[in-house]
Amino acid sequence: MNRAEPLSLLPLELEGVAFRHRGQTLLHPLDLRLERNGKTLIMGPNGAGKSLLMRICHGLLAPTAGTVRWCGGATPDTIRRRQAMVFQRPVLLRRSALANVRHALGAQGVPRRERARRADEAIEQFGLQAIAHRPARVLSGGEQQRLALARAWALRPEILFMDEPTAALDPAAIRAVEEAVDTFHHNGTCIVMSTHDLGQARRLADDVIFLVNGTLVERSPVQQFFEAPRSAQAAAFVRGDLVW
Amino acid sequence: MDNAFQAAFRLIAERDPVLVEIVTLSLQVSLTAVLIASAIALPLGAAIALWQFPGRGLLIVILNAFMGLPPVVAGLMVYLMLSRAGPLGELGLLFTPTAMVIAQVVLILPIVAALSRQVIEELWGEYREQLQSLGVSRLGAIPTLLWDARFSLTTVVLAGFGRASAEVGAVLIVGGNISGVTRVMTTSIALETNRGNLPLALGLGIILLVLVATVNAVAYMVGESARRRLG
Ligand SMILES: Nc1ncnc2c1ncn2[C@@H]1O[C@H](COP(=O)(O)OP(=O)(O)OP(=O)(O)O)[C@@H](O)[C@H]1O
Ligand SMILES: [Mg+2]
Repeated sequence: MNRAEPLSLLPLELEGVAFRHRGQTLLHPLDLRLERNGKTLIMGPNGAGKSLLMRICHGLLAPTAGTVRWCGGATPDTIRRRQAMVFQRPVLLRRSALANVRHALGAQGVPRRERARRADEAIEQFGLQAIAHRPARVLSGGEQQRLALARAWALRPEILFMDEPTAALDPAAIRAVEEAVDTFHHNGTCIVMSTHDLGQARRLADDVIFLVNGTLVERSPVQQFFEAPRSAQAAAFVRGDLVW
Repeated sequence: MDNAFQAAFRLIAERDPVLVEIVTLSLQVSLTAVLIASAIALPLGAAIALWQFPGRGLLIVILNAFMGLPPVVAGLMVYLMLSRAGPLGELGLLFTPTAMVIAQVVLILPIVAALSRQVIEELWGEYREQLQSLGVSRLGAIPTLLWDARFSLTTVVLAGFGRASAEVGAVLIVGGNISGVTRVMTTSIALETNRGNLPLALGLGIILLVLVATVNAVAYMVGESARRRLG
């Protein structure tokens, strides 16, 4: 298992990271440290830059300024293999649910023999046995979301990014996802997740990153964020008022 | 006219040797052409879809334009290449089945390349971040993309086969319609109609029609079942 190896990628450190596009600053320079074993929730209004920040952390986008530094001097290949991301709209390949999980394992260079075992394990972990052989793209929204999580699970990432994984899910599916997040966490995976659901953030988070308009306004432990936020904007956001 | 139809069906039913020979050669030429064109055009389409390079836009425009290339012009181009005075004249390929294969490759390669470029680019747009997230390089993404686009690409290849087997101008120019050597269905139909040998022309016409209809039906069913089964 990756995380059983002594060398850890974490903490992840962002220093002066910013993102500009066509002369517009979408993300203002920010510093951020993501610790091992943390559960960090990213919150903020639409267009605040939550998805952008996660894409930069995950390495899908290069920041236009600043540095993203992983611990331990791992090679880019190792860094890539030790993290996973679940997108808001799951991107599933045109194959069966099970084949999707196997494909991901193959992409990460897991030996063929081990792929089948780990894929079955992940399918079972997320209660997908009954639909394992159905084409992934005809599954319901909630099933697709669970499959995307199962795929990430199979990869055994050290850090997992999840972009609004419960948007548009029914209450039971939301609970299933939250339980999955806990399972990930118990297995030592660092969680970074965005959500618009205040209750969910309260339930899941260790700490909250609050973004408005591309600016990191506040980072606080969850209890402080909800009960005594340091910024006026966070206070308004927690009350459910508009913040710009 | 009725007699001609009856005679045509009799030729088909009795597996008339001349008719069988022509149909066999037609299928050999067109299938070979489709195989060669696809082997070049599918990777080419994928490469254009995945990589940015100077002249990419121009290449796409050229491929799209060549999709509508008139067969006689394709035939003329290949003729000039293969004729005794042409750059490849030494090979002595003119008026052989090989020349016809080359002409059909020229004709369908742009179709398969342009259409597969479209299909793969669309899929890449959808899969890109996920594959990147899994650590798949562009080159490494090609097998995944080709496999996941397999149904659309099958219809693309079938479209190429349909065009190859139905065209007459290119194979007529480079093949010469030599009896027993380079006569395929389309050129034979033209010749036999002129000669007044309607049964043979009609018999070949019926077979060609059935072939093209079958190819289209298969393409349609492949597309439909893919949509139903894979979403
Ligand atoms: N690749 C890009 N090119 C140009 N603009 C972009 C790009 N990615 C994001 N943006 C812009 O950056 C801003 C932040 O986008 P982002 O997707 O991070 O918001 P978000 O906080 O995730 O919002 P939501 O809650 O709606 O998901 C938006 O205004 C968006 O239009
Ligand atoms: Mg977002």
